[in-house]
Amino acid sequence: MRMELIQPFINAADAVLADSLQCSTSIGNLSMEEEAYRRHGVAALIALSGDIEGRIVFDVDPQTAMRVASRMAGEELPSSEQLMRETVCELANQVIGNAVTSLNDQGFHFRVHPPEVHTSEQGDKSSEDTEALVMCIETCSGKVFMNVALRYNRRRMQERAAVAGE
Amino acid sequence: MEQFAAVKRKDGQPVRYLIVDDSVFARKNLARMIESFGGQVAGEAGDGCTAITEYDRTNPDIVLMDITMPQMEGIEAAERIVRSHPNARIVMVSSVGYQDNIVAALQRGARHFVQKPVKPEVLYEVIKYVMGEDASVASAAGAGA
Repeated sequence: MRMELIQPFINAADAVLADSLQCSTSIGNLSMEEEAYRRHGVAALIALSGDIEGRIVFDVDPQTAMRVASRMAGEELPSSEQLMRETVCELANQVIGNAVTSLNDQGFHFRVHPPEVHTSEQGDKSSEDTEALVMCIETCSGKVFMNVALRYNRRRMQERAAVAGE
Repeated sequence: MEQFAAVKRKDGQPVRYLIVDDSVFARKNLARMIESFGGQVAGEAGDGCTAITEYDRTNPDIVLMDITMPQMEGIEAAERIVRSHPNARIVMVSSVGYQDNIVAALQRGARHFVQKPVKPEVLYEVIKYVMGEDASVASAAGAGA
């Protein structure tokens, strides 16, 4: 996967998490995932379609989800599965929205689909044209995992190039 | 949460808000901010279709509208609301803040755009701007009252 696609997601995750949690964050391990995706805890999946297509999974363990929820709410919240799911979906929405904003400003056009709770224990295996990159972001509330699998939609980009060349 | 000097309507009543976002978590966060501005939540909606019916039901002073939502997205809902209520004050609140989106929202009747994650001080300034002369800022002691 091209770094130009990944970098906006790294930057957005860093900025949004630091801003939402009011603490510094650091990007831990970055690795290409060759085997099928394995969920760590509460996960949200956001699909993208347009010039670049694919999906991003945001994934945190339940304790981290609750700490993040309380931190974002500014008060200690009682633990609930619904709240954990809501928190992870909203966090994913914000990170991906910010990354897509940056990519769009570079000329890529997208549609971001609403986040869905990802309940499967395992996701699809990477393929030749859709490698998945996994990154771990360390925050004051715990580790946040982001799994990004994107590819260029060549047909769509050729169509747009043809229209631009007319 | 930080308290702000209350923004009140000209008649001294709290500014009434309709919050539209498919995330309950995001709606709660916005509701807390609104309360810290001295405002009142008139209604909530989780998608564009419900936003239109809730607008008719509650007649709010301001709508805070997400963009990416199921069934009907925020920009379309904003357009439909403004078509029926030309004076509607709609502020788009979204993480997707690229220029095309902002321009589309403004062209279809939204008054302003705030990017997520929402900073209370930014939203507060936008609310004051959008309410304009239809609102006044109370002394700090009255905030949140």
